[in-house]
Amino acid sequence: MNTKLTSKYLSNTVQSIHPSGIRRFFDLASSMENVISLGVGEPDFVTPWNVIEASYHSLEQGYTAYTANAGLFELRKEISRYLKRRFGVTYSAEEEMVVTVGASQAIDLALRAVVNPGEEVIVVEPSFVSYAPTVTLAGGVPVPVNTYSRDDFKLQPEQIEAAVTEKTKVIMLCSPNNPTGTVLSKGDLERIAEVVEKHDLLVISDEIYAELTYDEPYTSFPAVRNMRNRTILISGFSKAFAMTGWRLGFACGPKDILQAMLKIHQYTMMCAPTMAQHAALEALVNGQKDVVKMKESYRQRRRLVVHALEEMGLSCHVPGGAFYVFPSIEKTGLSSEEFAEQLLMNEQVAVVPGSVFGESGEGHVRCSYATSIQKLEEAMRRIDRFLKTL
Amino acid sequence: MDSKERELLHLIEKNGRLETATIARLMGITVDETKQILEKLEKEKVVLGYSAIINWTKGTEDGAVTAMIDVKVTPKRGVGFDKVAERIYRFPEVKAVYLMSGVYDLSVSIEGKTMAEVGRFVSEKLSTIDSVISTTTHFILKKYKHDGLVFSENNEDKRIVVSP
Repeated sequence: MNTKLTSKYLSNTVQSIHPSGIRRFFDLASSMENVISLGVGEPDFVTPWNVIEASYHSLEQGYTAYTANAGLFELRKEISRYLKRRFGVTYSAEEEMVVTVGASQAIDLALRAVVNPGEEVIVVEPSFVSYAPTVTLAGGVPVPVNTYSRDDFKLQPEQIEAAVTEKTKVIMLCSPNNPTGTVLSKGDLERIAEVVEKHDLLVISDEIYAELTYDEPYTSFPAVRNMRNRTILISGFSKAFAMTGWRLGFACGPKDILQAMLKIHQYTMMCAPTMAQHAALEALVNGQKDVVKMKESYRQRRRLVVHALEEMGLSCHVPGGAFYVFPSIEKTGLSSEEFAEQLLMNEQVAVVPGSVFGESGEGHVRCSYATSIQKLEEAMRRIDRFLKTL
Repeated sequence: MDSKERELLHLIEKNGRLETATIARLMGITVDETKQILEKLEKEKVVLGYSAIINWTKGTEDGAVTAMIDVKVTPKRGVGFDKVAERIYRFPEVKAVYLMSGVYDLSVSIEGKTMAEVGRFVSEKLSTIDSVISTTTHFILKKYKHDGLVFSENNEDKRIVVSP
Protein backbone atom coordinates (compact mmCIF):
# COMPACT_ATOMS: atom_id res chain seq x y z
CA MET A 1 0.00 0.00 0.00
CA ASN A 2 1.17 3.49 -0.74
CA THR A 3 2.02 4.98 2.65
CA LYS A 4 1.84 8.51 1.26
CA LEU A 5 -1.80 7.98 0.45
CA THR A 6 -2.80 6.56 3.81
CA SER A 7 -0.63 8.69 6.09
CA LYS A 8 -2.85 11.67 5.36
CA TYR A 9 -5.39 10.09 7.69
CA LEU A 10 -3.03 10.13 10.66
CA SER A 11 -3.70 12.64 13.40
CA ASN A 12 -1.29 15.51 13.79
CA THR A 13 -0.62 14.48 17.35
CA VAL A 14 0.48 11.00 16.41
CA GLN A 15 2.61 12.34 13.58
CA SER A 16 4.33 14.68 16.01
CA ILE A 17 5.72 11.89 18.15
CA HIS A 18 8.60 9.66 17.12
CA PRO A 19 9.05 5.95 17.63
CA SER A 20 11.27 5.15 20.59
CA GLY A 21 15.01 5.11 19.86
CA ILE A 22 15.08 1.74 21.56
CA ARG A 23 13.16 0.22 18.69
CA ARG A 24 15.93 0.64 16.12
CA PHE A 25 18.39 -0.82 18.55
CA PHE A 26 16.11 -3.73 19.26
CA ASP A 27 15.89 -4.54 15.55
CA LEU A 28 19.65 -4.42 15.23
CA ALA A 29 20.35 -6.60 18.29
CA SER A 30 17.63 -9.10 17.35
CA SER A 31 19.28 -9.74 14.01
CA MET A 32 22.55 -10.87 15.61
CA GLU A 33 23.75 -14.08 17.22
CA ASN A 34 25.61 -14.73 20.46
CA VAL A 35 24.49 -11.41 21.89
CA ILE A 36 24.72 -10.85 25.63
CA SER A 37 22.03 -8.34 26.34
CA LEU A 38 22.33 -5.79 29.10
CA GLY A 39 19.52 -3.97 27.37
CA VAL A 40 16.58 -5.69 28.96
CA GLY A 41 14.37 -3.53 31.15
CA GLU A 42 12.82 -6.32 33.14
CA PRO A 43 13.70 -8.92 35.80
CA ASP A 44 15.52 -12.08 34.74
CA PHE A 45 13.42 -14.14 37.14
CA VAL A 46 10.35 -16.03 36.06
CA THR A 47 7.25 -15.11 38.09
CA PRO A 48 7.27 -17.06 41.40
CA TRP A 49 5.44 -20.36 41.00
CA ASN A 50 2.83 -19.74 43.69
CA VAL A 51 1.72 -16.68 41.73
CA ILE A 52 1.48 -18.58 38.44
CA GLU A 53 -0.32 -21.40 40.19
CA ALA A 54 -2.86 -19.01 41.72
CA SER A 55 -3.66 -17.75 38.25
CA TYR A 56 -4.08 -21.35 36.96
CA HIS A 57 -6.39 -22.04 39.84
CA SER A 58 -8.52 -19.00 39.13
CA LEU A 59 -8.90 -20.14 35.51
CA GLU A 60 -9.81 -23.68 36.61
CA GLN A 61 -12.44 -22.20 38.87
CA GLY A 62 -13.90 -20.36 35.91
CA TYR A 63 -12.89 -16.81 36.82
CA THR A 64 -12.79 -15.76 33.20
CA ALA A 65 -15.25 -12.87 33.22
CA TYR A 66 -14.78 -9.12 33.69
CA THR A 67 -14.07 -7.76 37.12
CA ALA A 68 -15.28 -4.45 38.52
CA ASN A 69 -13.85 -1.55 36.50
CA ALA A 70 -11.53 -0.56 39.31
CA GLY A 71 -10.34 -4.15 39.71
CA LEU A 72 -11.18 -7.05 42.04
CA PHE A 73 -12.20 -5.58 45.36
CA GLU A 74 -10.13 -8.24 47.19
CA LEU A 75 -7.08 -7.15 45.24
CA ARG A 76 -7.68 -3.47 45.92
CA LYS A 77 -8.04 -4.17 49.63
CA GLU A 78 -4.76 -6.08 49.52
CA ILE A 79 -3.03 -3.25 47.63
CA SER A 80 -4.28 -0.85 50.27
CA ARG A 81 -2.85 -3.04 53.05
CA TYR A 82 0.40 -3.50 51.17
CA LEU A 83 0.97 0.22 50.64
CA LYS A 84 0.27 0.90 54.29
CA ARG A 85 2.56 -1.89 55.45
CA ARG A 86 5.46 -1.20 53.11
CA PHE A 87 5.42 2.56 52.62
CA GLY A 88 3.10 3.98 55.26
CA VAL A 89 0.65 5.51 52.78
CA THR A 90 -3.09 5.05 53.14
CA TYR A 91 -5.58 4.74 50.28
CA SER A 92 -9.18 3.65 50.31
CA ALA A 93 -9.77 0.49 48.27
CA GLU A 94 -13.29 1.72 47.50
CA GLU A 95 -12.61 5.16 46.08
CA GLU A 96 -8.96 5.98 45.70
CA MET A 97 -7.58 3.17 43.59
CA VAL A 98 -7.72 1.65 40.13
CA VAL A 99 -6.08 -1.55 38.93
CA THR A 100 -4.60 -1.02 35.47
CA VAL A 101 -2.95 -2.77 32.56
CA GLY A 102 0.58 -2.16 33.77
CA ALA A 103 1.87 1.04 35.32
CA SER A 104 2.02 2.38 31.75
CA GLN A 105 -1.75 2.51 31.47
CA ALA A 106 -1.95 4.12 34.90
CA ILE A 107 0.36 6.90 33.69
CA ASP A 108 -1.77 7.37 30.58
CA LEU A 109 -4.96 7.56 32.67
CA ALA A 110 -3.40 10.03 35.09
CA LEU A 111 -2.23 12.37 32.35
CA ARG A 112 -5.47 12.22 30.39
CA ALA A 113 -7.46 12.87 33.55
CA VAL A 114 -5.65 16.06 34.50
CA VAL A 115 -4.02 17.69 31.47
CA ASN A 116 -5.83 20.31 29.38
CA PRO A 117 -4.61 21.06 25.85
CA GLY A 118 -1.47 23.15 25.98
CA GLU A 119 -0.78 22.65 29.68
CA GLU A 120 2.78 21.83 30.60
CA VAL A 121 4.06 18.70 32.26
CA ILE A 122 7.59 18.65 33.64
CA VAL A 123 9.39 15.45 32.71
CA VAL A 124 12.57 14.79 34.63
CA GLU A 125 15.18 13.38 32.26
CA PRO A 126 16.84 11.02 31.62
CA SER A 127 13.49 9.28 31.86
CA PHE A 128 11.55 6.22 30.88
CA VAL A 129 10.89 6.58 27.16
CA SER A 130 7.11 6.81 27.33
CA TYR A 131 6.58 9.81 29.61
CA ALA A 132 6.96 12.62 27.08
CA PRO A 133 4.98 10.91 24.26
CA THR A 134 2.18 10.05 26.72
CA VAL A 135 2.00 13.71 27.75
CA THR A 136 1.76 14.69 24.09
CA LEU A 137 -0.97 12.12 23.43
CA ALA A 138 -2.90 13.57 26.36
CA GLY A 139 -2.74 16.97 24.67
CA GLY A 140 -0.14 18.39 27.02
CA VAL A 141 3.29 19.81 26.39
CA PRO A 142 6.20 17.89 27.88
CA VAL A 143 8.86 20.14 29.36
CA PRO A 144 12.10 18.25 29.92
CA VAL A 145 14.19 19.09 32.95
CA ASN A 146 17.65 17.59 32.75
CA THR A 147 19.48 15.95 35.60
CA TYR A 148 23.22 15.38 35.58
CA SER A 149 25.76 12.85 36.73
CA ARG A 150 27.45 15.53 38.87
CA ASP A 151 24.26 15.51 40.99
CA ASP A 152 24.00 11.71 40.81
CA PHE A 153 21.08 12.42 38.46
CA LYS A 154 19.04 13.88 41.30
CA LEU A 155 16.50 16.53 40.45
CA GLN A 156 17.39 19.87 42.05
CA PRO A 157 14.44 21.92 43.34
CA GLU A 158 15.78 25.11 41.73
CA GLN A 159 15.59 23.35 38.37
CA ILE A 160 11.85 22.94 38.86
CA GLU A 161 11.61 26.62 39.75
CA ALA A 162 13.39 27.49 36.53
CA ALA A 163 11.08 25.32 34.42
CA VAL A 164 7.76 26.37 35.93
CA THR A 165 5.56 28.70 33.87
CA GLU A 166 1.96 29.75 34.35
CA LYS A 167 1.02 26.76 32.20
CA THR A 168 2.78 24.17 34.35
CA LYS A 169 0.39 21.76 35.98
CA VAL A 170 2.12 18.47 36.60
CA ILE A 171 5.56 17.14 37.40
CA MET A 172 6.42 13.50 36.77
CA LEU A 173 8.82 11.86 39.18
CA CYS A 174 10.34 8.40 38.99
CA SER A 175 12.36 7.10 41.91
CA PRO A 176 14.14 4.71 41.69
CA ASN A 177 14.73 5.95 38.20
CA ASN A 178 14.86 4.12 34.91
CA PRO A 179 17.51 4.50 33.36
CA THR A 180 19.81 6.00 36.02
CA GLY A 181 18.90 3.88 39.07
CA THR A 182 18.91 7.05 41.15
CA VAL A 183 16.82 7.05 44.30
CA LEU A 184 15.56 10.30 45.80
CA SER A 185 15.96 10.35 49.58
CA LYS A 186 13.40 11.61 52.04
CA GLY A 187 15.31 14.91 52.23
CA ASP A 188 15.45 15.23 48.43
CA LEU A 189 11.71 14.64 48.21
CA GLU A 190 10.95 17.16 50.95
CA ARG A 191 12.88 19.84 49.11
CA ILE A 192 11.03 19.00 45.89
CA ALA A 193 7.74 19.04 47.83
CA GLU A 194 8.33 22.65 48.90
CA VAL A 195 8.52 23.80 45.29
CA VAL A 196 5.55 21.63 44.34
CA GLU A 197 3.47 23.27 47.03
CA LYS A 198 4.69 26.77 46.26
CA HIS A 199 3.61 26.45 42.62
CA ASP A 200 0.50 24.44 43.34
CA LEU A 201 1.62 21.52 41.14
CA LEU A 202 0.32 17.98 40.91
CA VAL A 203 2.82 15.13 41.03
CA ILE A 204 2.62 11.85 39.14
CA SER A 205 4.99 9.63 41.09
CA ASP A 206 6.02 6.49 39.24
CA GLU A 207 7.17 4.13 42.00
CA ILE A 208 7.30 0.92 40.01
CA TYR A 209 10.84 0.17 41.31
CA ALA A 210 10.08 1.09 44.95
CA GLU A 211 10.77 -2.44 46.23
CA LEU A 212 14.18 -2.48 44.61
CA THR A 213 16.26 -0.07 46.69
CA TYR A 214 19.51 -1.15 48.22
CA ASP A 215 20.98 1.49 50.47
CA GLU A 216 18.35 3.26 52.52
CA PRO A 217 14.67 2.80 53.40
CA TYR A 218 12.40 3.96 50.61
CA THR A 219 10.26 7.08 50.92
CA SER A 220 7.10 7.13 48.87
CA PHE A 221 6.27 10.62 47.62
CA PRO A 222 2.72 10.75 49.04
CA ALA A 223 4.24 9.96 52.45
CA VAL A 224 5.99 13.34 52.38
CA ARG A 225 4.18 16.03 54.41
CA ASN A 226 1.28 17.68 52.57
CA MET A 227 1.94 15.70 49.40
CA ARG A 228 -0.68 12.98 49.60
CA ASN A 229 -3.42 15.12 48.10
CA ARG A 230 -1.11 16.42 45.38
CA THR A 231 0.09 13.05 44.22
CA ILE A 232 -1.05 10.31 41.91
CA LEU A 233 0.91 7.27 43.00
CA ILE A 234 1.68 4.83 40.19
CA SER A 235 3.01 1.36 40.77
CA GLY A 236 2.56 -2.24 39.74
CA PHE A 237 3.71 -5.81 39.94
CA SER A 238 6.15 -6.00 37.04
CA LYS A 239 9.49 -5.26 38.66
CA ALA A 240 9.13 -6.31 42.29
CA PHE A 241 7.33 -9.59 41.60
CA ALA A 242 8.86 -10.35 38.19
CA MET A 243 5.48 -10.07 36.48
CA THR A 244 6.14 -7.83 33.46
CA GLY A 245 4.23 -9.97 30.99
CA TRP A 246 1.10 -10.06 33.17
CA ARG A 247 0.65 -6.34 32.53
CA LEU A 248 -0.70 -5.36 35.89
CA GLY A 249 -0.31 -2.06 37.68
CA PHE A 250 -2.33 0.34 39.76
CA ALA A 251 -2.83 4.00 40.55
CA CYS A 252 -3.83 5.59 43.83
CA GLY A 253 -4.67 9.16 44.64
CA PRO A 254 -7.22 11.66 45.88
CA LYS A 255 -10.78 10.50 45.28
CA ASP A 256 -11.85 13.10 42.70
CA ILE A 257 -8.80 12.46 40.52
CA LEU A 258 -9.05 8.69 40.83
CA GLN A 259 -12.72 8.73 39.97
CA ALA A 260 -11.90 10.75 36.85
CA MET A 261 -9.22 8.22 35.89
CA LEU A 262 -11.67 5.41 36.52
CA LYS A 263 -14.12 7.07 34.14
CA ILE A 264 -11.55 6.92 31.32
CA HIS A 265 -10.58 3.39 32.32
CA GLN A 266 -14.16 2.12 32.25
CA TYR A 267 -14.74 3.43 28.76
CA THR A 268 -11.39 2.53 27.23
CA MET A 269 -10.30 -0.64 29.05
CA MET A 270 -13.24 -2.01 31.10
CA CYS A 271 -10.88 -3.71 33.53
CA ALA A 272 -7.43 -5.25 33.82
CA PRO A 273 -7.17 -8.95 32.86
CA THR A 274 -8.92 -11.06 35.47
CA MET A 275 -6.38 -13.91 35.56
CA ALA A 276 -3.57 -11.42 36.13
CA GLN A 277 -5.51 -9.82 38.97
CA HIS A 278 -5.83 -13.19 40.70
CA ALA A 279 -2.09 -13.71 40.28
CA ALA A 280 -1.38 -10.28 41.74
CA LEU A 281 -3.53 -11.02 44.76
CA GLU A 282 -1.39 -14.07 45.52
CA ALA A 283 1.78 -12.01 44.98
CA LEU A 284 0.70 -9.50 47.61
CA VAL A 285 -0.46 -12.08 50.13
CA ASN A 286 2.42 -14.56 49.85
CA GLY A 287 5.07 -12.97 47.68
CA GLN A 288 7.16 -10.76 49.93
CA LYS A 289 9.71 -13.49 50.66
CA ASP A 290 10.40 -13.83 46.94
CA VAL A 291 10.78 -10.07 46.59
CA VAL A 292 13.41 -10.15 49.33
CA LYS A 293 15.29 -12.99 47.63
CA MET A 294 15.26 -11.36 44.19
CA LYS A 295 16.28 -8.02 45.61
CA GLU A 296 19.25 -9.62 47.37
CA SER A 297 20.35 -11.13 44.11
CA TYR A 298 20.12 -7.75 42.31
CA ARG A 299 22.07 -6.16 45.12
CA GLN A 300 24.93 -8.63 44.64
CA ARG A 301 24.97 -8.15 40.90
CA ARG A 302 24.93 -4.38 41.30
CA ARG A 303 28.16 -4.65 43.28
CA LEU A 304 29.68 -6.90 40.63
CA VAL A 305 28.86 -4.59 37.73
CA VAL A 306 29.67 -1.27 39.40
CA HIS A 307 33.01 -2.68 40.50
CA ALA A 308 33.83 -4.04 37.04
CA LEU A 309 32.90 -0.78 35.27
CA GLU A 310 34.99 1.24 37.68
CA GLU A 311 37.92 -1.09 37.13
CA MET A 312 37.80 -0.50 33.42
CA GLY A 313 37.64 3.23 34.00
CA LEU A 314 33.99 3.92 33.14
CA SER A 315 32.86 6.19 35.92
CA CYS A 316 29.39 5.55 37.24
CA HIS A 317 27.55 6.70 40.31
CA VAL A 318 26.38 3.85 42.50
CA PRO A 319 22.69 3.53 41.66
CA GLY A 320 20.55 3.20 44.79
CA GLY A 321 17.77 1.25 43.14
CA ALA A 322 16.17 -0.52 40.16
CA PHE A 323 18.51 -2.83 38.23
CA TYR A 324 20.35 -0.38 36.02
CA VAL A 325 23.74 1.25 36.02
CA PHE A 326 24.26 4.32 33.89
CA PRO A 327 28.00 4.73 33.34
CA SER A 328 29.54 7.67 31.54
CA ILE A 329 31.19 6.78 28.26
CA GLU A 330 32.20 10.37 27.52
CA LYS A 331 35.92 9.67 27.77
CA THR A 332 35.70 7.36 24.75
CA GLY A 333 34.83 10.36 22.58
CA LEU A 334 31.91 8.43 21.10
CA SER A 335 28.29 9.43 21.27
CA SER A 336 26.16 7.04 23.27
CA GLU A 337 24.60 5.71 20.10
CA GLU A 338 27.97 5.15 18.42
CA PHE A 339 29.29 3.45 21.53
CA ALA A 340 26.29 1.12 21.80
CA GLU A 341 26.33 0.29 18.12
CA GLN A 342 30.05 -0.42 17.94
CA LEU A 343 29.95 -2.45 21.14
CA LEU A 344 27.15 -4.51 19.67
CA MET A 345 28.88 -4.99 16.32
CA ASN A 346 32.36 -5.70 17.66
CA GLU A 347 31.66 -7.60 20.87
CA GLN A 348 28.00 -8.60 20.68
CA VAL A 349 27.04 -6.87 23.90
CA ALA A 350 23.80 -4.90 23.84
CA VAL A 351 23.46 -1.81 26.02
CA VAL A 352 20.99 1.02 25.52
CA PRO A 353 22.29 4.42 24.37
CA GLY A 354 21.55 7.05 27.01
CA SER A 355 20.27 9.47 24.40
CA VAL A 356 17.03 7.51 23.98
CA PHE A 357 16.11 8.56 27.53
CA GLY A 358 16.44 12.26 26.75
CA GLU A 359 19.09 14.77 25.87
CA SER A 360 20.78 14.57 29.27
CA GLY A 361 21.23 10.83 28.84
CA GLU A 362 23.81 11.52 26.13
CA GLY A 363 27.32 10.49 27.14
CA HIS A 364 25.96 7.51 29.05
CA VAL A 365 24.68 4.02 28.36
CA ARG A 366 22.16 2.01 30.33
CA CYS A 367 23.28 -1.45 31.41
CA SER A 368 20.78 -3.71 33.10
CA TYR A 369 22.29 -6.15 35.57
CA ALA A 370 19.16 -8.30 35.61
CA THR A 371 20.97 -11.13 33.90
CA SER A 372 22.98 -14.13 35.10
CA ILE A 373 26.30 -13.71 36.90
CA GLN A 374 28.06 -15.71 34.19
CA LYS A 375 26.68 -13.50 31.43
CA LEU A 376 27.46 -10.34 33.37
CA GLU A 377 31.06 -11.38 33.85
CA GLU A 378 31.43 -12.28 30.18
CA ALA A 379 29.79 -8.97 29.17
CA MET A 380 32.21 -7.05 31.38
CA ARG A 381 35.18 -8.86 29.81
CA ARG A 382 33.89 -7.98 26.35
CA ILE A 383 33.28 -4.32 27.23
CA ASP A 384 36.78 -4.10 28.67
CA ARG A 385 38.22 -5.60 25.48
CA PHE A 386 36.14 -3.17 23.41
CA LEU A 387 37.41 -0.16 25.36
CA LYS A 388 40.99 -1.23 24.75
CA THR A 389 40.47 -1.12 20.99
CA LEU A 390 39.31 2.51 21.06
CA MET B 1 26.75 -17.59 61.91
CA ASP B 2 26.92 -13.99 60.73
CA SER B 3 25.18 -12.46 57.74
CA LYS B 4 28.29 -12.50 55.51
CA GLU B 5 28.74 -16.21 56.12
CA ARG B 6 25.12 -16.85 55.35
CA GLU B 7 25.26 -14.77 52.16
CA LEU B 8 28.33 -16.68 51.00
CA LEU B 9 26.69 -20.03 51.75
CA HIS B 10 23.62 -19.10 49.72
CA LEU B 11 25.84 -18.13 46.79
CA ILE B 12 27.90 -21.33 46.72
CA GLU B 13 24.89 -23.49 47.45
CA LYS B 14 23.48 -22.29 44.15
CA ASN B 15 26.78 -22.48 42.29
CA GLY B 16 29.75 -24.21 43.88
CA ARG B 17 31.99 -23.24 40.99
CA LEU B 18 31.83 -19.48 41.54
CA GLU B 19 35.34 -18.10 41.63
CA THR B 20 36.52 -16.53 44.86
CA ALA B 21 37.03 -13.21 43.07
CA THR B 22 33.45 -13.26 41.79
CA ILE B 23 32.08 -14.09 45.24
CA ALA B 24 34.11 -11.21 46.66
CA ARG B 25 32.65 -8.78 44.13
CA LEU B 26 29.11 -9.98 44.59
CA MET B 27 29.43 -9.54 48.34
CA GLY B 28 31.40 -6.32 48.23
CA ILE B 29 34.32 -7.67 50.29
CA THR B 30 37.98 -8.39 49.48
CA VAL B 31 39.25 -11.63 48.01
CA ASP B 32 41.24 -12.29 51.19
CA GLU B 33 38.21 -11.80 53.36
CA THR B 34 36.27 -14.19 51.13
CA LYS B 35 38.99 -16.82 51.41
CA GLN B 36 39.02 -16.46 55.18
CA ILE B 37 35.29 -16.94 55.48
CA LEU B 38 35.40 -19.96 53.14
CA GLU B 39 38.25 -21.56 55.05
CA LYS B 40 36.46 -21.02 58.33
CA LEU B 41 33.27 -22.59 57.01
CA GLU B 42 35.19 -25.54 55.62
CA LYS B 43 37.14 -26.00 58.85
CA GLU B 44 33.97 -25.93 60.90
CA LYS B 45 32.45 -28.48 58.52
CA VAL B 46 29.63 -26.14 57.61
CA VAL B 47 30.77 -26.60 54.02
CA LEU B 48 31.42 -30.31 53.67
CA GLY B 49 32.37 -30.46 50.01
CA TYR B 50 31.65 -29.30 46.49
CA SER B 51 29.95 -31.46 43.92
CA ALA B 52 28.15 -31.31 40.60
CA ILE B 53 24.54 -32.26 40.08
CA ILE B 54 24.59 -34.66 37.15
CA ASN B 55 21.84 -36.06 35.04
CA TRP B 56 23.39 -39.51 34.50
CA THR B 57 20.62 -40.60 32.18
CA LYS B 58 21.93 -38.16 29.58
CA GLY B 59 24.71 -39.19 27.23
CA THR B 60 25.64 -42.30 29.13
CA GLU B 61 24.30 -45.82 28.89
CA ASP B 62 25.11 -46.95 32.40
CA GLY B 63 22.64 -44.54 33.99
CA ALA B 64 22.81 -45.12 37.70
CA VAL B 65 19.95 -46.87 39.49
CA THR B 66 18.81 -45.18 42.66
CA ALA B 67 16.67 -46.75 45.34
CA MET B 68 15.23 -45.33 48.51
CA ILE B 69 14.86 -47.90 51.23
CA ASP B 70 12.67 -47.60 54.30
CA VAL B 71 14.45 -49.46 57.08
CA LYS B 72 12.98 -50.49 60.40
CA VAL B 73 15.58 -51.17 63.07
CA THR B 74 15.86 -52.03 66.76
CA PRO B 75 17.81 -49.20 68.37
CA LYS B 76 20.93 -50.29 70.26
CA ARG B 77 21.02 -49.71 73.98
CA GLY B 78 23.00 -46.62 74.91
CA VAL B 79 23.66 -45.39 71.39
CA GLY B 80 20.15 -45.37 69.96
CA PHE B 81 19.96 -45.31 66.20
CA ASP B 82 23.34 -43.74 65.62
CA LYS B 83 25.39 -46.95 65.70
CA VAL B 84 23.04 -48.71 63.30
CA ALA B 85 23.03 -45.71 61.01
CA GLU B 86 26.82 -45.70 61.04
CA ARG B 87 27.03 -49.35 60.06
CA ILE B 88 24.85 -48.52 57.10
CA TYR B 89 26.32 -45.22 55.95
CA ARG B 90 29.87 -46.57 55.91
CA PHE B 91 29.04 -48.55 52.75
CA PRO B 92 30.18 -46.48 49.77
CA GLU B 93 27.09 -47.34 47.72
CA VAL B 94 24.95 -45.61 50.34
CA LYS B 95 24.41 -42.01 49.25
CA ALA B 96 22.27 -40.77 52.11
CA VAL B 97 20.92 -41.92 55.44
CA TYR B 98 18.28 -40.05 57.43
CA LEU B 99 16.58 -40.81 60.73
CA MET B 100 12.87 -40.41 60.12
CA SER B 101 9.76 -39.83 62.17
CA GLY B 102 6.80 -42.03 61.28
CA VAL B 103 6.34 -45.71 60.50
CA TYR B 104 9.96 -46.58 59.75
CA ASP B 105 13.24 -45.44 61.25
CA LEU B 106 15.98 -44.95 58.67
CA SER B 107 15.67 -43.74 55.11
CA VAL B 108 18.58 -45.04 53.08
CA SER B 109 19.46 -43.96 49.53
CA ILE B 110 21.46 -46.41 47.49
CA GLU B 111 23.05 -45.98 44.11
CA GLY B 112 24.10 -48.89 41.94
CA LYS B 113 24.77 -49.62 38.28
CA THR B 114 21.86 -52.03 37.89
CA MET B 115 18.73 -52.99 39.75
CA ALA B 116 20.30 -56.37 40.48
CA GLU B 117 23.26 -54.71 42.10
CA VAL B 118 21.05 -52.67 44.38
CA GLY B 119 18.97 -55.75 45.14
CA ARG B 120 22.10 -57.68 46.10
CA PHE B 121 23.15 -54.92 48.45
CA VAL B 122 19.80 -54.91 50.20
CA SER B 123 19.55 -58.65 50.60
CA GLU B 124 23.17 -59.36 51.39
CA LYS B 125 24.37 -56.34 53.30
CA LEU B 126 21.49 -54.28 54.63
CA SER B 127 18.94 -56.82 55.77
CA THR B 128 21.58 -59.03 57.35
CA ILE B 129 22.55 -56.38 59.88
CA ASP B 130 21.42 -57.56 63.33
CA SER B 131 19.33 -54.57 64.24
CA VAL B 132 17.54 -54.35 60.92
CA ILE B 133 14.00 -55.69 61.27
CA SER B 134 12.66 -55.01 57.80
CA THR B 135 13.35 -53.15 54.55
CA THR B 136 11.08 -51.74 51.86
CA THR B 137 12.86 -50.82 48.65
CA HIS B 138 11.57 -48.15 46.25
CA PHE B 139 13.37 -47.73 42.95
CA ILE B 140 13.42 -44.26 41.45
CA LEU B 141 11.90 -44.38 37.97
CA LYS B 142 12.57 -40.82 36.91
CA LYS B 143 14.16 -37.80 38.47
CA TYR B 144 12.23 -34.59 37.94
CA LYS B 145 13.98 -32.37 40.44
CA HIS B 146 16.99 -32.93 42.63
CA ASP B 147 18.61 -30.56 45.12
CA GLY B 148 16.47 -27.70 43.88
CA LEU B 149 17.29 -28.25 40.21
CA VAL B 150 14.73 -29.28 37.63
CA PHE B 151 16.20 -31.92 35.30
CA SER B 152 14.48 -31.09 32.05
CA GLU B 153 13.95 -27.38 32.34
CA ASN B 154 14.15 -25.02 29.43
CA ASN B 155 16.24 -22.31 31.03
CA GLU B 156 16.71 -20.11 28.02
CA ASP B 157 16.11 -16.40 28.46
CA LYS B 158 12.62 -15.78 27.15
CA ARG B 159 12.80 -12.00 27.31
CA ILE B 160 13.08 -9.83 24.22
CA VAL B 161 16.63 -8.68 23.69
CA VAL B 162 16.17 -4.94 24.27
CA SER B 163 13.27 -3.30 26.07
CA PRO B 164 12.64 0.09 27.69
